[in-house]
Amino acid sequence: MENLLNIFISSIFVDNMIFAYFLGMCAFLAISKTVRTSVGFGLVILFVLAVTVPLNYLIFNYLLKQGALVWISPDLAHVDLSFLSFIMFIAVIASLTQVVEMVVEKYAPVLYNELGIFLPLVAVQCAIMGGSLFMQEREYENILEVTVFAFGSGIGWLIAIVGISAIREKIRYSNIPAPLRGLGIAFIVTGLMAIGFMSFMGIRL
Amino acid sequence: MENKKQPLFSPANMKLLSKPLGRDNPITVQVLGVCSALAVTVQLQPAFVMAVSVIAVLAVSNLLVSLLRTTIPPRIRMIVQLMIVAFLVIIVDQILLAFAFEISRQLSIFVGLIITNCIVMGRLEAFAMTNKPWQSFLDGIGNATGYGVILLIVAFFRELLGSGTLWGFQVIPQAFYDAGYVNNGLFILPPMALILVGVMIWIHRLKNNELIEKN
Repeated sequence: MENLLNIFISSIFVDNMIFAYFLGMCAFLAISKTVRTSVGFGLVILFVLAVTVPLNYLIFNYLLKQGALVWISPDLAHVDLSFLSFIMFIAVIASLTQVVEMVVEKYAPVLYNELGIFLPLVAVQCAIMGGSLFMQEREYENILEVTVFAFGSGIGWLIAIVGISAIREKIRYSNIPAPLRGLGIAFIVTGLMAIGFMSFMGIRL
Repeated sequence: MENKKQPLFSPANMKLLSKPLGRDNPITVQVLGVCSALAVTVQLQPAFVMAVSVIAVLAVSNLLVSLLRTTIPPRIRMIVQLMIVAFLVIIVDQILLAFAFEISRQLSIFVGLIITNCIVMGRLEAFAMTNKPWQSFLDGIGNATGYGVILLIVAFFRELLGSGTLWGFQVIPQAFYDAGYVNNGLFILPPMALILVGVMIWIHRLKNNELIEKN
């Protein structure tokens, strides 16, 4: 239990997808203009992460890893398909994104219009692919840990994008040097936020 | 078909190569591919390897997609493109694992993340789907190089100021340290990469006034 809580907290604050690994920066900078849209988008990311990462964990552990195919027949113990993991992960993510896109279009048309091109682009979100790759690299012990990690990362991403969009809404009223307006200041503010988040470093429960 | 007779290195084609290095830079202007750009820039060497990998993947995938552009059904083009890119990235990853294991460990997940690098998808969608193979190939090289240049600049400052080395060699003489110079530890940490890119955008826009946003 303690272990799970630890993974949860550290994936939100310490290993925050944006501030520690810059995953999903493209959409992060492009979408974070108003708080309302970024909440919607953050939730989409959270959902897709929470579904794809455990799914990919199962695929990796029962199909791709060395010796993973033993459940079919013991002769397959030496088969190592892990080089296929990139292509499998991206296939899972792309197909789920397609479903999410259809659901959002049907039930939240306003959000669908606001997100525009970025909704299908969730398929190529570094944050989501990164979640699956981190899962593979960090070798979590069971599916529960993986799910908690995916949830935590998603929430961390949501917090980050809502935070920056709130700041950017206010920044619109300030007098910034012209060449720095828009993108430049967004980068610098993100950097400052990241420094703030570094204060969580080293937290262990 | 009007440019059928064009020589391979005509001025128009060379422009495809040179534009992304300056006015059309993928990172500072188009905001593509920032995702994986920053995490690999603590030192020059991994940044260089990353840049070369991206150049290879983007050039070849641009070429392949452009060759297939009339046969890919529009509704599933995204998946097809992803498969092509994923296939190329797997090759790059295996090559790195075989010949540059140390660096491959350092880059960790970011080699895999080339698949979802926005530059790759962005250029495939915006350029390769509507242009001929040779132009797409050049466009791929140009854009990936523009990306690589930013990567190397950021890595240069981070390695120099953060650890006093360049490409792993000590450049700041020991005498400086004896006199009380201290490496700036902040440069090794992630936030500084963001701020450096912010400053680069600032400088870039000072030079190119037409890029300034309205706020």
